[in-house]
Amino acid sequence: MKKFVVRRIGYSVLSLLLLSLTIFFFVRVTGDPAVLLAEPGASAEDLRIIREQFGLDRPLWIQYGAFMENLLKGDFGKSFYYRTPVLELYLSRLPHSLLLAGAAMVFSLLIGIPTGIIAAVRVNRWWDSIGKVFALLGLSLPSFWVGLLLILFFSVYLEWLPSSGAGTAWHVIMPAFALGWYFAAAHMRLTRSSMLEVLGSEYVKLARLKGLPEALVIAKHAFKNALIPVLTLAGINLVIMVNVAVVVETVFAWPGVGRLLFEGISFRDFPVVQATVILGGAMIIVVNLVVDILYAVIDPRIRLER
Amino acid sequence: MSRAAGLTLAWRFAALRLSGAPIIPIAIIGLLLLVAVLADVLAPYNPEVGTLGDRFRPPAWQAGGSEKHLLGTDHLGRDILSRLIVGARISMVVGFTAVIVAGVLGTFLGILSGYLGGWVDQVIMRVTDTWLALPALTFAIFLAAIVGPSAMNIVIILSAVYWTRYARVIRGEVLSLKERDFVRLAIVAGCSQWTIMRRHILPNVLNSAIVLGTLQLGVVVVAEAALSFLGVGVPPPKPAWGLMLADGKKGLMAGYWWLTVLPGSCIMLMVLSANLLGDWLRVKLDPQLRQL
Repeated sequence: MKKFVVRRIGYSVLSLLLLSLTIFFFVRVTGDPAVLLAEPGASAEDLRIIREQFGLDRPLWIQYGAFMENLLKGDFGKSFYYRTPVLELYLSRLPHSLLLAGAAMVFSLLIGIPTGIIAAVRVNRWWDSIGKVFALLGLSLPSFWVGLLLILFFSVYLEWLPSSGAGTAWHVIMPAFALGWYFAAAHMRLTRSSMLEVLGSEYVKLARLKGLPEALVIAKHAFKNALIPVLTLAGINLVIMVNVAVVVETVFAWPGVGRLLFEGISFRDFPVVQATVILGGAMIIVVNLVVDILYAVIDPRIRLER
Repeated sequence: MSRAAGLTLAWRFAALRLSGAPIIPIAIIGLLLLVAVLADVLAPYNPEVGTLGDRFRPPAWQAGGSEKHLLGTDHLGRDILSRLIVGARISMVVGFTAVIVAGVLGTFLGILSGYLGGWVDQVIMRVTDTWLALPALTFAIFLAAIVGPSAMNIVIILSAVYWTRYARVIRGEVLSLKERDFVRLAIVAGCSQWTIMRRHILPNVLNSAIVLGTLQLGVVVVAEAALSFLGVGVPPPKPAWGLMLADGKKGLMAGYWWLTVLPGSCIMLMVLSANLLGDWLRVKLDPQLRQL
């Protein structure tokens, strides 16, 4: 167990290193980093100062060392636009992102799990086909277009919901729907296949042989076990939602980290863009690590692998 | 056997292979391809120039619309139909090129990683894992923010972001392929590693690569639209569908629905068709991927 955890943590640290290397590499290789790091409209003199300050004339590996040192200290630089440290800015936006992702997750599970179960219980029947169409639509409709259509319908025509901003519970409904739509389809597909697998297992057969009513078999024996992979995926997806919400947050002017990334792009605020991407990637690597270790704790077979 | 009978047989065989083919999605993609090729001929107006006197005209069937602009005009008085038609060309060119470049790169690295094993495998797979950990869209936005917007850059960025999926899947297949007898015999026969990878491994993983590519087409088209929508994709005044949606947002609160509904419908049709076609190909070409 200890060996597994140590090796798994080692992989994650390696991934984090590679992540920082990737970001560093792309910034240095694609053109002049001084232009990115300087504020828009900087003079030649400013650029020279920046080069000196960031040591851009020194060898690459020394530059990388300095870059890593700052990252480890939690220093992501200062936003050109807001004039505050980027990390502070990011952390101040994160609660909004988590709220939106949480709401979208609740929505996606409320839709995904029941439809997935119905599709599995009535496999290859009418309900299953409807489920398949729904899943396909969920995976094919771009979230930002869903968002724009929702605004058109509920804000412009019906005037029921506010089209942008945050503050009240009403504000969160449409962005959560637009963001959760894709994940509802993904959760439905996983619930269906996981449920099908469990329904074919020996203990479900035994429960049926004991003469339990079908509803009880499904609710008590099958459902509980089928739920484990779905909830695992949901845990990872929650973090992914925070990081892919950029388009939805832009459509609804939702003040989360996605919107921060968009502002970073629009205002040519490079430190903000860089920090958002690094922190997002790091978050996902860490969550994957936690999930893997939890799985190993629950299931000894995974520990013994390899 | 007479020649005619042979032909009928061939025809029957072809019909059998195509049975259950999703005709509507194929037709839609074919139509979009045709529109993309003939865009210059089909577009009634210059998509990048408008007449300011004709701003925000609704489609022809609505009050205030005219036959001059069948699908209405945008905030600069540009003809929506023309922009959609030329936009199809941008989506198709970007989508197909990015999928092909990513597919070739990912398949190549997947074969190398799976067949050679050892440190090559370790390096390629660790990079793949890390890139897969980054949310694809965020990563693409980051790259786009560095290199600046242009259609060419978008193709490079999307290929750089989306090759990892191919590498993963292809590597897995190569791992089992290389234990098969025909590969071992090729080694015994003295084929070089390069020859084995090219002649014996590659043809056997092509089906998976094609299936993945078709399924990725939709993903890439949406990613391009999202990048353009955010202003780091195809630069204006080019009529990319994602850019049209960004422009459409300006007229949304005034109820100018056609600026939002029409380009979005085009994206949806394209993506839906690619997904349906991909699903069919997956079942048809590659039994191993059915569970994917």
